[in-house]
Amino acid sequence: MSRRTPFWTVMFYLGVALIVLIAVFPFYYAVMTSFETGTAIFSPNILPEMFSLDNYASVMNGRNFIRSVGNSVLIAGVTVVCALFLAVTASYALARVRFRGRGLLLMTILAVSMFPQIAVLSGLYELIKLFGIYNTPFALMLSYTIFTLPFTVWVLTTFMRDLPVEIEEAAIVDGATPWIIITQVFMPLLWPALVTTGLLAFIGAWNEFLFALTFTISETERTVPVAIALLSGASVQEIPWGPIMAASVIVTVPLIILVLIFQRKIVAGLTAGGVKG
Amino acid sequence: MAKIELKNVKKSYGAVDVIKGIDLTIEKGEFMVFVGPSGCGKSTLLRLVSGLEDITTGDMLFDGERVNDILPSERGIAMVFQSYALYPHMKVYDNMAFGMKLAKSSKEEIDKRVREAAKLLQIEHLLDRLPKQLSGGQRQRVAIGRAITRDPRVFLFDEPLSNLDAALRVQTRLEIAKLHHQMGNVTMIYVTHDQVEAMTLADRIAVLRDGRLEQVGTPTELYERPNSLFVAGFIGSPKMNFLTGPFAAAHGCETLGIRSEHVVLGEDQPWAGEVLHVEDLGSDHFLFIELGASEPLICRRPGKTDIALGTKVKVGPHPDHLHRFDKDGKPLR
Repeated sequence: MSRRTPFWTVMFYLGVALIVLIAVFPFYYAVMTSFETGTAIFSPNILPEMFSLDNYASVMNGRNFIRSVGNSVLIAGVTVVCALFLAVTASYALARVRFRGRGLLLMTILAVSMFPQIAVLSGLYELIKLFGIYNTPFALMLSYTIFTLPFTVWVLTTFMRDLPVEIEEAAIVDGATPWIIITQVFMPLLWPALVTTGLLAFIGAWNEFLFALTFTISETERTVPVAIALLSGASVQEIPWGPIMAASVIVTVPLIILVLIFQRKIVAGLTAGGVKG
Repeated sequence: MAKIELKNVKKSYGAVDVIKGIDLTIEKGEFMVFVGPSGCGKSTLLRLVSGLEDITTGDMLFDGERVNDILPSERGIAMVFQSYALYPHMKVYDNMAFGMKLAKSSKEEIDKRVREAAKLLQIEHLLDRLPKQLSGGQRQRVAIGRAITRDPRVFLFDEPLSNLDAALRVQTRLEIAKLHHQMGNVTMIYVTHDQVEAMTLADRIAVLRDGRLEQVGTPTELYERPNSLFVAGFIGSPKMNFLTGPFAAAHGCETLGIRSEHVVLGEDQPWAGEVLHVEDLGSDHFLFIELGASEPLICRRPGKTDIALGTKVKVGPHPDHLHRFDKDGKPLR
């Protein structure tokens, strides 16, 4: 690339700053608002007018907030584990086993993810009633896994296809069964893909609202997004913006930390050295 | 240490026949090389022996026991791949030990065998490294070491030198030959498209063409008594000279084949030509002589050249080393 003139360098960083500003501002405003109480919340401002942890205290002391966070962690965690397990095994078959209708099956899996949530809501509700898991964490684990799988399977199938066939054949000659190939040979090589898809599945499950609202009824079974939406103020007319913002910040921070941790692990080129190259 | 018998082995993918019926016996302890142009089915044949591909019809016997339906890992084979196919996330030691670990051998046994194999290949100092920290030649040695550790009945090599540079290829070729001597009675099957590798390594060579065996024999047999025009042209470097038309008719055949070292220069020789080009290799040299045939005649002579470009020369074939072929490419003897 040729050297840029100072003018364009300045413009470039101005552009970057603008994008960062637009992307980060809503979250910044939420953080700022979460430290404000009373009328300060309702006056537009760029810098915080006051600093108080009252909102955080009120959220944490709320009847079931901690419990909701726990529910969310459990449900998102189990969803990730289930989805990855099913997706890794399925993608091995889709990428490596020759069978009739493989392409059709892949397309069907993709097609499943094209339906909007609201379209399958009533059907899924019937299913959950049938299994007798309404208003339990299992209802959400099931529905999140169903909705995460198409994406997870597709991404992992693509990665799995790119793994050299010779490595698999060497393992077969060494006496490895498909299960051993998946767990001891492919999984370590797929680690970056697993982390990426797992993280996205976790975020999806963590933030999901519609299913969480529909398939739970009691306060103790709620996940965080629902709990936040249903936070109530002192009277019916009051929307408790302060605590809502505080709660939002509390549930967003773990995600940011997770992404920062795993971003370092998402390194390409892990397969380097196994085959020529 | 297995005798391998292939009886009318065929392989087809759908309607495409890749291996069209092969009968071959590979003796115990033999170094057999499958050679042929790309697409001739040599790699497929090796994969049939390994069990990575299923045989469509025919029988495969190891020491008289039918192995068609036996898993690769239970056939007692080890395979070295062109691309090395090491497990990238495992250290060299674990790469070599993986097969034995899966076979549930004891730790001491594994350790002993890995270290023996590493010693044999002089890669003991690499055991704690990852494959990506090794050079191409070292990786291929580790791959060979992994095969040795399994202590197989049959070694299978699928173009193991193709990814190495020229100098390393010669060196590794020597090591494979040495290995075959040291390991005594191990049967080895080696696939290559490089006839030099075939000639230098093999006890016997099987030349394949289009999914069929063209000829099986020792390197000398193939070189001196090729069974067809194809084998004559494939084995030997530079390629055998082929002359047709009046040149061949004078010897009562359709195609006359002469090895470059059997082209004789001299005033009393029958053919007149002009030197087009000279390749000087130091120890010997090649003259490319234009005779008016379809290709220039190559003449190999020892030492340095004393003949300038454009010189008019008279050449002819050595009468004891004529290869005469009929119009079907079959030899006339």
